[in-house]
Amino acid sequence: MFMILGYPAPLMFGQLLLGLINGAFYALLSLGLAIIFGMLRIINFAHGALFMLGAFVAWGMLQYGGIGYWPALIVAPIIVGAFGVFLERTMIRHLYKLDHLYGLLLTFGLAEIIEGLARNQFGSSGMPYAIPAALQGAVNLGFMFLPIYRGWVVIAAVVVCLVTWIAIERTSLGATLRAATENAPLVQAFGVNVPRLITLTYGAGVALAAFGGVLAAPIYSVNPNMGSNFIIVVFAVVVIGGMGSILGSIVTGFGLGVVEGLTKVFYPQASATVIFVVMVIVLLARPAGLFGKAT
Amino acid sequence: MLDVSQLNAWYGESHILHGVDFNVQQGEVVTLLGRNGAGKTTTLKSIMGLVGKRQGHIKLNGREIVGLRSDNIAKAGIAICPEERGIFASLNVTENLMLPRVVAPGGLDLAEIYTLFPNLKERANSQGTKLSGGEQQMLAIARILRTGAKLLLLDEPTEGLAPVIVQQIGRTIREIKARGFTVLLVEQNFRFAATVADRHYVMEHGRVIDMIQNAELAANMGKLHDYLGV
Repeated sequence: MFMILGYPAPLMFGQLLLGLINGAFYALLSLGLAIIFGMLRIINFAHGALFMLGAFVAWGMLQYGGIGYWPALIVAPIIVGAFGVFLERTMIRHLYKLDHLYGLLLTFGLAEIIEGLARNQFGSSGMPYAIPAALQGAVNLGFMFLPIYRGWVVIAAVVVCLVTWIAIERTSLGATLRAATENAPLVQAFGVNVPRLITLTYGAGVALAAFGGVLAAPIYSVNPNMGSNFIIVVFAVVVIGGMGSILGSIVTGFGLGVVEGLTKVFYPQASATVIFVVMVIVLLARPAGLFGKAT
Repeated sequence: MLDVSQLNAWYGESHILHGVDFNVQQGEVVTLLGRNGAGKTTTLKSIMGLVGKRQGHIKLNGREIVGLRSDNIAKAGIAICPEERGIFASLNVTENLMLPRVVAPGGLDLAEIYTLFPNLKERANSQGTKLSGGEQQMLAIARILRTGAKLLLLDEPTEGLAPVIVQQIGRTIREIKARGFTVLLVEQNFRFAATVADRHYVMEHGRVIDMIQNAELAANMGKLHDYLGV
C-alpha cells in the first residue's frame, strides 16, 4: 500500500471523494442562495427545507407513482420550484420594502413549518431510496474503488453549476438578471417585467436546491433533517465565498468540501469545525468574502 | 405627442411637483430648464413611472399613462437616459446596449448605432463602467435608440463632460431629431440647449412658469437670466 504524507492512499482518496460529494451539495445549495440573495436581497433560510423537499418529492414519486430516479431528477425540481414560485408570490414578495431581517425571519419560519410537517408525517428516522440500476456498483480506479453513484453526483453537480454560471454570465437573460441585481428600477424602465423576473429567480434557486435533494436521496436516507444538516455549513460557505457571488459560491462549495474531507484524514477531531474556522479567518481578513466585492 | 397636465409627484413624504403643465409635439426637441431642485429630473422620472406617487395626467398620443408601471410605460414607447447614466458595471458594452427591450419597430439597428457612435464598437467587450464619462453618456443614449421608442427623455446628457464631447452630443441629438425621434431634454446649460431645441420650458418650485420659443431666446435673455440666476 503506498502512502501520501504518511497516510494510506486509499484513506486519503476516500476522504477526498467524500469531501467532493459534500462539496457538490454545498456548491448546489450555496449557488441557489447566491442567486436568490443577488436578486431578492433575501437570505433564504428555507433553502435546506426545500432541498429536503426535493428528496421527499422524488421519494414520493417512486413510492406512490412508481416514477423512478431519472424522471424525478427533472420533475422534482420543477415541482419544488413551482412551490417556490408560490411562496414568493404569496408571501416573500410583501417583504421587499422592509428590512432584510424580515425575509430571513419569514423563510426561517417557512423552513420550520416544512420540516415540522415532514417530521410529523414521516418521522425522523428516514426512508431509503435505492440507487438507480444504471449507477450501482463501483469501478476500480487502480488507487481506489469509486462507487459509480458518488462519481455521478460530483459530475452532475459540476455540470449543473457550470450551466447555471454560463446562463448567468453569457446569455442575454443572464445579463438582464445581473443588471436587475444592480439597479432593478432602471431595468424595469427599460421594459423588463422585473417582478416576474424576481419570481422566476426565486423559483430557479429553489429548483437548484431540490435538484441537490434528489441527488442526495440515494446517499443519505430521505429524512426531514437532511436539509438542516447541510444548511448551517452552506451559510458558512456563502459567507466565505462572498454574498451573492455566483462563481464564488461554486468554487468555495467544492473547495470547502475538500478541505473538510482532508481534515478528516489529518485531524478528524476538527473536521466538523474546520469550515467555521475558515469562515472566521476569512471574515477577519476579507469581510466581503473571497469572491465578494466590498460595498 | 406628450401632454402633461396638473402633474403632482412625491418622493416619500416630500411633495416635489405641484401641478406641472407642458406638452411636446411629435418630432420636437423640447427642454426643461431651471435651477437645481426645480423639479426637472422628477418630471422626467414621473413620466417614466420611476417616482413613488404621482397624480394628474400624462398622455402619450392621447393615452393616459400616469398610472402605469414603468415597464408598461416603456412598452408604450418612451425611453429614458437617466442623469446618472445608469451604465451597468456587471455588463459589457454590448450587453448594456442590448439590455433595453425593443418595444416597437423603427429603432436603430446595431450597425446604425455603431456608425453614429464608432467608439462603442471599438469597446464592445469592455466593462460598461470602464468607459470614459463621454463614452458612457454615448452608450446611455445609444441603447435607447435601439428600442423603437419614439419619445426619448434625456436627463442632463452634457453634465460634467468636455466641450468637444458636448458638441458631439449636440450633433447626436440633431441627428436623432432628423430621424423623427421626439426628445424631451433636461438641461442646466441653456447655451447648449439653444443649439438643439425648438422650445424651452422654464421650471421653478415644481411648476412650469414659462415657455420660450428657441427663435425668441435672444430677445428673452434678460428674463432667462432672472429665472436661472446665471
